[in-house]
Amino acid sequence: MVVDIGAATELAGEEVDRLFHALADATRRDILRATLDGTEHNVSTLARRYPMSFAAVQKHVAVLTSAGLVTKERRGREQLVRGNPAAIERARGLLDEYEAVWRGRIDRIGDLLADETTEPEGADR
Amino acid sequence: MTVTDVRKDPEALTMSITSEFPVSVERTWELWADPRQLERWWGPPGYPATFVEHDLTPGARCRYYMTGPDGDSPWGWWEILAAEAPRRLELRDGFSGDDGEPNPDMPEMTMVLTIEATDDGSRMTVVTSFPSAEVMAQLLEMGMEEGMLAAASQIDDVLAGTAAG
Repeated sequence: MVVDIGAATELAGEEVDRLFHALADATRRDILRATLDGTEHNVSTLARRYPMSFAAVQKHVAVLTSAGLVTKERRGREQLVRGNPAAIERARGLLDEYEAVWRGRIDRIGDLLADETTEPEGADR
Repeated sequence: MTVTDVRKDPEALTMSITSEFPVSVERTWELWADPRQLERWWGPPGYPATFVEHDLTPGARCRYYMTGPDGDSPWGWWEILAAEAPRRLELRDGFSGDDGEPNPDMPEMTMVLTIEATDDGSRMTVVTSFPSAEVMAQLLEMGMEEGMLAAASQIDDVLAGTAAG
């Protein structure tokens, strides 16, 4: 796993909020998964997968679009969407950074405890 | 490697990290309860922490600063929300101004520590919750500025599992 500090910290707060808000809904995550295959997806076709109106699906797609998670293109009467894997990587990057902070701490705890066992001077219980 | 489990939930804005140590529950609790031990691991490399106030009783406040390589000294604070020594600790963690007083304009997070006994030692779990994605990003950005992630190469070593444990 690569901790891409640069990409994640370049995200402005509002942008991050949009990202996580977009990811916080099961239907949107499902649409996102479906559109991450590298091909274009017709919104009408996507809408048939869900027990909700076309307008509702369109709304979910709009949230994903404003978060930058998918890109939308109009071709005639068709709306075509495509997932943007880079945006998801950035969202994940934030939590990866925090994980790295804690892995560093736990590593230092491990060293501290190891020092203690090699130096019986330390008051171990 | 001592880290046994990491769960990141981008929807709930939480991260849970679990590690196991070959020492008793009481000994693991001391890593938090003894400020001199806490200082040895809380701050990142190059930014050792100094706790000027440390009290793990509910309602108490802890204050600390870190000493950076350029003489900078970012301050942080904890507010203890709940404590059941030696198994559970719940606290708010945030940054503050140079006086060590919490700055309401600066972001904060909530942490829950639990320590359980295992067959050959203890298991420590820390669950961090961020109030919003914006705060999480802000904290990490500040962490960058304050050098919290100074040792990126060291972190890479940890992630690659090559660190001494």
